[in-house]
Amino acid sequence: MGKRLAYGLSFGAMLFAPMAVYPIFLMNVLVFALFACAFNLLLGFAGLLSFGHAAFFGWSAYITGHMLMEMNWPPLAGILAGTVAGGSIGLIVGALSIRRQGIYFTMVTLALAQMMYFLALQMDFTRGEDGLQGVPRGSLFGLIDLGNDLNMYYFVLAVFVGGYALIVRTVHSPFGQVLKAIKENEPRAISLGYKVERYKLLAFVLSAALAALAGATKTVVLGFATLTDVHWMMSGTVVLMTLVGGMGTLIGPVIGAAAIIFLEYRLDWLGKMLAASTNINWFARLGDSATVVIGCVFVVCVLAFRRGVAGEAKAYWARRTVTEQLL
Amino acid sequence: MTEIAGIPLQVLYGQLLLGLINGSFYAILSLGLAIIFGLLNIINFAHGALYMIGAFLTWMGMYYLNINYFAMLVLAPVLVGLFGCVIERLLLRRLYNLDHLYGLLLTFGVTLILEGVFRSVYGSSGQAYRVPAALSGAVDIGFMILPIYRAWVVVASLAVCLATWIIIERTRLGSILRAGTENSKLVEAFGVNVPLVITATFGFGAGLAAFAGVLAAPIIQISPLMGSNLIITVFAVVVIGGMGSLFGAVLSGLMLGLIEGLARTFYPETSAIAVFIIMAIVLMVKPAGLFGKEK
Repeated sequence: MGKRLAYGLSFGAMLFAPMAVYPIFLMNVLVFALFACAFNLLLGFAGLLSFGHAAFFGWSAYITGHMLMEMNWPPLAGILAGTVAGGSIGLIVGALSIRRQGIYFTMVTLALAQMMYFLALQMDFTRGEDGLQGVPRGSLFGLIDLGNDLNMYYFVLAVFVGGYALIVRTVHSPFGQVLKAIKENEPRAISLGYKVERYKLLAFVLSAALAALAGATKTVVLGFATLTDVHWMMSGTVVLMTLVGGMGTLIGPVIGAAAIIFLEYRLDWLGKMLAASTNINWFARLGDSATVVIGCVFVVCVLAFRRGVAGEAKAYWARRTVTEQLL
Repeated sequence: MTEIAGIPLQVLYGQLLLGLINGSFYAILSLGLAIIFGLLNIINFAHGALYMIGAFLTWMGMYYLNINYFAMLVLAPVLVGLFGCVIERLLLRRLYNLDHLYGLLLTFGVTLILEGVFRSVYGSSGQAYRVPAALSGAVDIGFMILPIYRAWVVVASLAVCLATWIIIERTRLGSILRAGTENSKLVEAFGVNVPLVITATFGFGAGLAAFAGVLAAPIIQISPLMGSNLIITVFAVVVIGGMGSLFGAVLSGLMLGLIEGLARTFYPETSAIAVFIIMAIVLMVKPAGLFGKEK
């Protein structure tokens, strides 16, 4: 019951959020939250750390941008094209990478994603270093003008809620249970007769397609697709978002995405505030070295904060309940 | 006959030499990765950053302190090796009883910090370093003109790879190391200070990366990002060679450099992705890698 209430409240808050917060920032958060949730479906629920999700996110961004700009496709069709393209790349990358396990799996995804990066750099339609600029948003069903930020926000919210609901459904389905079994003990799942490779591949493709959905939506929101989207730093960022929020929890990646996007947008402002309140001038230059700050967050999370925000909260509630029962 | 398939032989030899040089870098870097992985079970994402620091130290030595190339060839690996020991003691040590993925993530974070620091000080553009006078110039070896420095890079890296192999396969220290990877508890029971061995191993691997950086300094632009794209290619090399053997790391490193050189001659557009295509093929045929053991 409490869970339903929480979902209802947060959905209500999201409906009214653009009244209080800059819509572009909110859309950015929603897009990256979907990306992180898609990534977490693979890492948190199937135990597979992919370091190549930027390939699906970025290539989908390019395909969608190309369709909207050069082919004059409507936004929904463009997003669909990007998602299908990302999912297909996911099928190939997944089929190759699940042949290795653990750390090797991660390295293979990373290497294949780097190959996709070089392809994006060399192919003509991606326009190399410049990327696709000025992608038009178009209108939904020819009726709703997405050029309006508020309309666009509700569209992105709908995409996010749809993607999130699909992930929740997947996790709680029998398929999700098998994934959990594979994560906990793969040999046992094999000996129970599950075709483990097929389950892993399906999870990989689903995760890639949802990441691609996020990338496609991002292009429509911001109007560009560039090499940054396919670079491995992007894969690292999504890992960090999931880690900060709490891997293996449903809500964690959303919190993590919001935190990291906030950090990237407002590090400058945060630094100046810290400098003003502590009188340490060094903080004022924080905005110049975003990579260093993000790297530090990464190291701290791995060393001391592995459960992430949502994981720690969950553990705290579990401890509290136990203490209450004992009393 | 002076051409093959329309390519002048001079060009082919030139590209093959370039491939061999890239291959030497792949070989040293993947050897370092393999040694660290063997004992610590950690994929050192920071390896590329350590290579970058090696090159930067060389440049800084010249620029600020007027230390020459040959001194840096020893000094930079030692300094970076010590730095590696510090990272292992302070950070990595806390992760050994966890999933190996955390080691990869931690070293990724360290990479971001190191690259970020260098970028905020030196910017993204490259620094140039001149080939040392003793190794400049070129010799005519009959079928091509061979720049001496490039030949030196190949010889020096092969020598270091060979020396590393001898230390690990033929000395008592090496046997302790290898035994430690098999069963660290048992080795500890024999009175060997295993944690110290682990620290030293990480430091040694880091030193190898820095050595490659010093060798690279005169022939590339020294920039904060020079390691980050290279390291992913080296990961692919490692997957192709198979993590089990040091021999595999060195041989596949050299081989892939040469293949890249050939690709650059005959199909220039594929040269950047040749390594990854080969990785995909190897994975399909032999998932454990060419020299790896099936697990």
